[in-house]
Amino acid sequence: MNLYLLLPEISLIVLAVVLIGVDLLLPREHKPALGYIALIGLIFPAYFTMLLSGRNEVSFSGALVVDQLAIFFKLLFLIAAALVILSSIEYVRRLPIPQGEYYALVLLATSGMMLMASTRDLISIYISLEFTSITLYILAAFIRNDLKSSEAGLKYLLLGALSSAALLYGMALTYGVTGSTVLNDIASALGERGINAAAVLGLVFIAVGFGFKIATVPFHMWAPDVYEGAPTPITAFLSVASKAAGFALVLRVFATAFMPAENTWLPMFFVLSAITMTLGNVVAIRQENIKRLLAYSSIAHAGYVLMGLAAATAGATSGMLVYLLAYTLTNLGAFIAIIGFSTRVGSDNIDDYNGLSRRAPMLSLALAICLLSLAGIPPMAGFIAKIYLFAAVFDAAATNPALYYLVIIALLNSAISVYYYVRVVKAMYFAPAETEESLGMTFGLRVALSAAVAGVLVVGIYPTPVMQAAQVAAQVLFP
Amino acid sequence: MNDPVVILAFAVLAIVMLVSAAAVVLLRNIVHCALFLALSFLSVAGIYILLNAEFLAAVQILIYAGAVMILLLFAIMLTQRAGAIAENPPNNQVGMAAVVAVALFGLLALVLSGTSWLTGAPAATQPNTEALGRALFEYYVLPFEIASVLLLVAMIGAIVIARED
Repeated sequence: MNLYLLLPEISLIVLAVVLIGVDLLLPREHKPALGYIALIGLIFPAYFTMLLSGRNEVSFSGALVVDQLAIFFKLLFLIAAALVILSSIEYVRRLPIPQGEYYALVLLATSGMMLMASTRDLISIYISLEFTSITLYILAAFIRNDLKSSEAGLKYLLLGALSSAALLYGMALTYGVTGSTVLNDIASALGERGINAAAVLGLVFIAVGFGFKIATVPFHMWAPDVYEGAPTPITAFLSVASKAAGFALVLRVFATAFMPAENTWLPMFFVLSAITMTLGNVVAIRQENIKRLLAYSSIAHAGYVLMGLAAATAGATSGMLVYLLAYTLTNLGAFIAIIGFSTRVGSDNIDDYNGLSRRAPMLSLALAICLLSLAGIPPMAGFIAKIYLFAAVFDAAATNPALYYLVIIALLNSAISVYYYVRVVKAMYFAPAETEESLGMTFGLRVALSAAVAGVLVVGIYPTPVMQAAQVAAQVLFP
Repeated sequence: MNDPVVILAFAVLAIVMLVSAAAVVLLRNIVHCALFLALSFLSVAGIYILLNAEFLAAVQILIYAGAVMILLLFAIMLTQRAGAIAENPPNNQVGMAAVVAVALFGLLALVLSGTSWLTGAPAATQPNTEALGRALFEYYVLPFEIASVLLLVAMIGAIVIARED
């Protein structure tokens, strides 16, 4: 048992408990300091994660693994948590909600996601998934006197419980067929005994459970309502970190435990990927609320990332990782801009963005950069990520020609998506404004937005370090 | 395990468990639903005893049939308002849900009855509480510790969402 392998998670949990303690001592007017304490405290888990980088160790009876894949995801979650906390400070200060518990729960959710990226045993996977989900249910319902927030929390809880049941059922079937809960042992048992119908049923149920987590069609129906009702920084957190954590699990479970059953799940992810990106993009066109628009857009992006699983090669996996990082930075940037707008104007309607470029030039520019990056327009990160992922899937098509169709579907979808992203940009720059009153932005939001946009541009212009890190991480699964 | 008494006991427990679980979903009076849920939990404890897991059976009764049920009944008692008289909310999708449930059951029954399961050695009859404790605190210590943090989160969440301003 090597406790130091858990240092990043333990330091996050300690930080969360310290925050709750400090919360009791702080007078009401100094509560926003809690956000800055949480932010500075993130240095510890980040430092420990960097310290563990380069190791490849398994501990806790095979339940925990620290490898480059886990490190990649852990750093991604920490970046997301830092930006979410920074963009929450102003948002949370204005609402009648307990701030200490808010930041503590964000940190605890982050530690749960980091555990999800590191677990290698079905029981630990289930518990860490449930730990993360329950924390996020609470955060979604955090604005108690707001009906939409309560509705979001309740819907998320009920559908999440349903998906957990499917996941557990699949895990039980898998255990019944293979006699083990450790992913590598499941793989060797499946390799020896062959794939029977119950094993296929088990992996399908597990895919359903994870499908809810990453909001793939047809398990996506919770996403728009939850994204709309939850506090906006939590929506941002859900749409990037929670989704990436789900992908970390899907990757590890399917590319290790179910690798012998590859021929059953490759077509499954092909279909899921195609319908997810198509439905997400088509429904996004008609949205009038920008949070719902980004909800459907995030469903579509999950569809693009799933292409990597339909190909299941080292190249496609590193493509997924680069895409997830680019998407995290870009989507967070877009959400931070939306937080900046809604805390001043109090609206999420796209019509209210008319003429925003004259009222808040910097915010409009940042939002435009992020939306164009989501659409995949150079020189932003979204462009590089799309090219890299699509090219990797295209390469994999040499052995599996059906993937050519998937790449074509993805390209068509990218073209559709340009329409609704540009529609918002057009509203900001070319539509007449109702008022000329200019909108200010607070310091925290300014820093968060600048950091996210800088990330989008840096990854877009100089992607080599990210690609190298992703390639090393992908080698864990496909040596 | 092929003792006819064991098979009969299993059949009775399984039927009671499934019928009471169905009653939880289908009955209108929510207090009746809660009581049938307790019955379902008790039959699960019976099945644990059939599997020689006596400690697990005791825990099942203490935690589920005891603590969880009391909590549930208190929640029902404290949240009842005039007008909503102890009713399971009406639902107009029962028909569709029934079709899906029956189809899923058919698929599962078809697949699972034709599967050759990996069966271990028959469970030992000596007390297994110590082995359970060792498994929990040695082999499964990671999920155990994560569960403890999960309980902390649940407590914080309950306080935040339920407290009066």
